Amino acid sequence: MNARRPNVLRILARYGIVVALLIELIVFSWASEPFLTLENQANVMRQIFEIAIIAAGMTFVILTAGIDLSVGSLVAAAGVSCAAVVAIDFGTLPLRIAAGCMTGVAVAAAGGLVNGLVITVMRLPPFVATLAMMTIARGVVLHATESRTISGLPEGFAALSEGATPIAIMLVVFIGSWLVLMRTVFGRHVYAVGGNAEAARLCGIRVSRVLLKVYAISGALAGLAGVLGAARLNSGYPRAGELAELDAIAAVVVGGASLAGGRGSIWGTLVGALVIGELNNGLSLLHVEHFSKKIVVGVVLVLAAFLDRFRAEGKS
Amino acid sequence: MLRIRGLSKQYPGVLALDRVDFEVAAGEVHALVGENGAGKSTLVKILGGAVEPDSGDVALAGRRLPLGSPVAARRAGVAIIYQEFSLAPELSAAENIFLGREQTRFGLLCGRTMRDAARAVLERLGCNADPAARVESLSVGVRQQVEIARALAFDARLLVFDEPSATLTDQELSRLFETIRQLRAAGLAIIYISHRLEEIFALADRVTVLRDGRHMATAPVREVDRAQLIRWMVGRDLAEEFPPRAGAGGDVALEVRGLAARPYFHEATFDVRRGEIVGLAGLVGAGRTSLGLALGGGIRPTEGTAMLDDRPMDFGGPWDALDAGVGYLTEDRKGRGILEFLSVAENITISNLPAYRLFGLLAEGRRRAAAQESCSRFRVKTPTIDRPIRTLSGGNQQKALLARLMLRPLKLLILDEPTRGIDVGAKAEVYRLMNALAAGGLAVLMISSELPELLGMCDRIVVMREGRTVGELPRGAATQERIMDLATGGSAA
Repeated sequence: MNARRPNVLRILARYGIVVALLIELIVFSWASEPFLTLENQANVMRQIFEIAIIAAGMTFVILTAGIDLSVGSLVAAAGVSCAAVVAIDFGTLPLRIAAGCMTGVAVAAAGGLVNGLVITVMRLPPFVATLAMMTIARGVVLHATESRTISGLPEGFAALSEGATPIAIMLVVFIGSWLVLMRTVFGRHVYAVGGNAEAARLCGIRVSRVLLKVYAISGALAGLAGVLGAARLNSGYPRAGELAELDAIAAVVVGGASLAGGRGSIWGTLVGALVIGELNNGLSLLHVEHFSKKIVVGVVLVLAAFLDRFRAEGKS
Repeated sequence: MLRIRGLSKQYPGVLALDRVDFEVAAGEVHALVGENGAGKSTLVKILGGAVEPDSGDVALAGRRLPLGSPVAARRAGVAIIYQEFSLAPELSAAENIFLGREQTRFGLLCGRTMRDAARAVLERLGCNADPAARVESLSVGVRQQVEIARALAFDARLLVFDEPSATLTDQELSRLFETIRQLRAAGLAIIYISHRLEEIFALADRVTVLRDGRHMATAPVREVDRAQLIRWMVGRDLAEEFPPRAGAGGDVALEVRGLAARPYFHEATFDVRRGEIVGLAGLVGAGRTSLGLALGGGIRPTEGTAMLDDRPMDFGGPWDALDAGVGYLTEDRKGRGILEFLSVAENITISNLPAYRLFGLLAEGRRRAAAQESCSRFRVKTPTIDRPIRTLSGGNQQKALLARLMLRPLKLLILDEPTRGIDVGAKAEVYRLMNALAAGGLAVLMISSELPELLGMCDRIVVMREGRTVGELPRGAATQERIMDLATGGSAA
């Protein structure tokens, strides 16, 4: 059936994204001296970890054939509410920071849960439900802060985003996501629901519960990214996370997940985020201007989706 | 007018049409009958261009009909009126009639011209519906007239009615007959497909019977009677081998009384005993699958009761049914059965995952061992259990789905067309597995459109017609003729 397809294309389709990342690394390290230094690579990680964490949550959602457009706004909601709590003068500093982080993540998780409820109870398409949450959450944040940045936070808060901490958190998120997706009942149900919701229902899977959890996880991870972002800026910025949803979706799609659901992996998403991150970084080092970078990223997205189509056809 | 010669179509595992010859004259109403799966719909699909035959010729008015293209078939003068209409509900009757060949002037639609032309065609059919009315506001009967009007507007020469009566009231039906007679008088060739044999005697000039994809007989309607037609339809040799049934019947496990899930089915009353295999027969659309789904938690009943071991079956979904010990195997293996992106092992264990949990995580070794054991117990032939399930044959997929259900401790197993589209060898294996499961005390309800299979496998056969259970035949008394008679409303109507 698929034996007629050229081998090169099949290999590319299978490992295309890793190959693309390697080619990218080789080309940039040849073109730009400082690219492959430890310092610059640490920079790349610091540039992508927020999007990568959001994309991990987005992977759950996309595996169920859904989409979550609200994550950018939930990033801001989490960052601002975290900053607001940290700014209150109570207890010791670690206690304040812990309370702030938990508040931020909880607020965003609650937003995600509402997404899930709207999708399962009101039966609205995920696109519409999360589009609504995107504007509502952003509106609430701008209203509550009167669109002013919450600043003047204690110095210790920023430590969360310094050194290797954010990279470690990112890795923990991905390893945890992998465990959940591959080694828990819930994770396998995510794949089943995304592959064929009706068949999954007849298997006895409570599809609505799976979807509720998936959107809550997406919200919670967006919240974690928002909290870390607030630490990086040492303030709560009400416009944080704008367009982050699109970057996250791009990372998931470049990572090989199918928007039709049921297929994709969490490591693919990490590689997808790296491909985009390295591309942005390398092009900057080569002094490519901002607008052209956008064009290149868009072209990469199309190519990745094109490769995915080959893979999908090879399987059917 | 229409001449078909040596038409064959092979589907994987099934020969849907086997060198069929068939002719329809201009000015004739030709009825086409046969059991479910006899090849009628394949024939219709070929005429309509939706399916391409493997071999054979189709000629319309002496010219070869281009095959495999719906547009070309329509242009050549073939129009098919399906049971489910192909109208756009949001558009007006006139817009629907002229869909695809709108009349324009300077690139703009000529609404007035089309409405007038539509009104003229509708009036020719004796229908005074407003051509500007949106189709969704029209009754089923009028929609059918619109559909016919569309065919006439396309200058159709051959009209095919595929089960047109199923959704009509008596009054609408006699109006339809009137229309068809009028079209016949105008010289069109008409093929009329229906399960209701009395309609054929009322309307058709000749009748052709298909059975197992083969042309059985063609005869003028006044020269045959109902009994003869049924003999032609069902009198095949028993091709499959059925393992002997031990014969059984313990206590009543499933007790269904006046169960309904409107609008799918209206009244079902029957029992299934432990260790018994009960068949559920009926024509497509009689409500058998909906009844199976209602018992398996897939849809919610609206009236009546169903008890399993004297406990009410009040299921919020299939998960509750499985917890209570009720498994439903779907008739739509590809669409609602297999999880095509997942492996054989995953597919088998997906309904039983919590059993393999250890400290919150899945113990892969235990899960795979269970899958492996199921594969050998249910004879799922696969190179490894990690193969994607879609690479397996239909028969092995079906056995894997059976294995999936049987990992749960079940009391009642509902099998919906368990041998549809699987080869003879796999069929025999499914039959053996069914017998073994029943012998182990399981109550089995088998929905099937294959009468020999029901006769060969079941201790009793419950017959449904138009959403109701209309009769029950014990093993000794059941014959294909009696089942068909009940299913088509012969003696009971």
